Amino acid sequence: MDFTHLLVQQLINGVSLGSIYALIALGYTMIYGIIKLINFAHGDIYMVGAYIGFFAITQAGMSIVPALLVSMVVTGLLGMVVEKLAYKPLRHAPRISILITAIGVSFFLEYTSMYFVTPTPRTFPAVIDNISFNLGSFVINGQQLMILGITVLLMAILTFIVQKTKTGKAMRAASFDTETAQLMGIDSDRIISLTFCIGSALAAAAGVLVGIYYNTIDPLMGIMPGLKAFVAAVLGGIGILPGAVAGGIILGIIEALVSGFLSSTFRDAAAFAILILVLLVKPSGLFGKNTREKV
Amino acid sequence: METMLKIDNIHVYYGAIHAIKGISLEVKQGEIVTLIGANGAGKSTTLRTISGLLKPKEGSIRFMEKDIAGVKAHQIVKEGISQVPEGRRIFAEMSVLENLELGAFIRNDKDAIREDMEMVFHRFPRLEERKEQLAGTLSGGEQQMLAMGRALMSRPKLLLLDEPSMGLAPLLIREIFSIIQDINKTGTTVLLVEQNANMALSIAHRAYVLETGRITLSGDAKELAASEEVRKAYLGG
Repeated sequence: MDFTHLLVQQLINGVSLGSIYALIALGYTMIYGIIKLINFAHGDIYMVGAYIGFFAITQAGMSIVPALLVSMVVTGLLGMVVEKLAYKPLRHAPRISILITAIGVSFFLEYTSMYFVTPTPRTFPAVIDNISFNLGSFVINGQQLMILGITVLLMAILTFIVQKTKTGKAMRAASFDTETAQLMGIDSDRIISLTFCIGSALAAAAGVLVGIYYNTIDPLMGIMPGLKAFVAAVLGGIGILPGAVAGGIILGIIEALVSGFLSSTFRDAAAFAILILVLLVKPSGLFGKNTREKV
Repeated sequence: METMLKIDNIHVYYGAIHAIKGISLEVKQGEIVTLIGANGAGKSTTLRTISGLLKPKEGSIRFMEKDIAGVKAHQIVKEGISQVPEGRRIFAEMSVLENLELGAFIRNDKDAIREDMEMVFHRFPRLEERKEQLAGTLSGGEQQMLAMGRALMSRPKLLLLDEPSMGLAPLLIREIFSIIQDINKTGTTVLLVEQNANMALSIAHRAYVLETGRITLSGDAKELAASEEVRKAYLGG
């Protein structure tokens, strides 16, 4: 009984943590899908999103939903600016140049933020009452419910945009074959910019949600979740949207189980063990087909 | 007949490689013009330069009295030029219907788009049967039809076709070429790049022969098909 109890409880924790990874992983995978860049600055975009949410709540006195929206919009714009200034000039450069630039952008965001907001961690205000619900003998708290609700809503909106709208179809086309998309009259530069905007907005939402969940934010908070989301994206099959969601949730669950049954010290090790395992056994990821090489 | 496309002495480079060394050609309204030549002669490069995927270093490209050299590919479509790329390049992970919708990306006239979709289905009945299917599951011939239908969805004045016969069985090639003639008869001007010189010359009005980045022969398609030089080099004797 005790074992099952702990298991289910850890599953609940794992899914809420995993849905945050999933939000970040979606941006990773979308950006990879369209310009084949592992955007190592993505975790730092998430950190900036958390800070914008923090200031929207503490300085502007907003409640959670407007603060979330403001953070998503501003961070989305930041993502577009980063793409335009740092990555766009390297569109035709060798891939390694743009990868190294991404690492540079990552450091730039981390240490510029540190200059402006100081390295001291901040306490994220408690935006929702500390309530919890008992489902039988299991506990799910208000934050977890909110994280799940917001994540599911955002994913539903993203799915609608990508599957049903004209812009979404253009995004899928450009991500499959940029050159041919241009022959359809699709402005690939605009689509790439938009992809950075959406991906960054999703990361911002994750940042705010993490702030609420863990109550603390700091300028280097993006490093580990950024790497974990990368693992999640690879686990699901990089470039594949449902893969990023599945990868995020699975990673969250595994981490929660490792923390619950072994020790939280091994949590990060578990995540990277998964990365190594995926790369050894099925590099294309759970949802990936065998790598398609374009001729 | 009015000149629709006029290319004057263009030079195109791939990095350091001088791929097109001063090509001039013209396409008149209502014609089928074909560019034939061996692999690597610069046929595809010429088409890709017209459609804006490549930029000429020198020379001019005028389409309907407008200079379009160096205009970006996604804007060229709006001018009325649509390209069926080499190897079809359909969006394999999207449905047949979505591929056709993307062909009409630059348009907003929903009703007319629906009519054109009907027209494409009428021309290619097999596409209608498979419209919900993922494009990647179609056979080679069907994919070629989809690529052509997709290009027609933008209502082009000039249709650029790059090696439509590639990898297809002889019977299918004949079908595709008769469809090209049909498309031309209904008012679309065609510039066709082909390695299958026989087929290309049989439906074209005029032809240009390309050799390593230069035009070596040009003229009436029937006359070229009969000429000793072309027969030897491209028609297998």
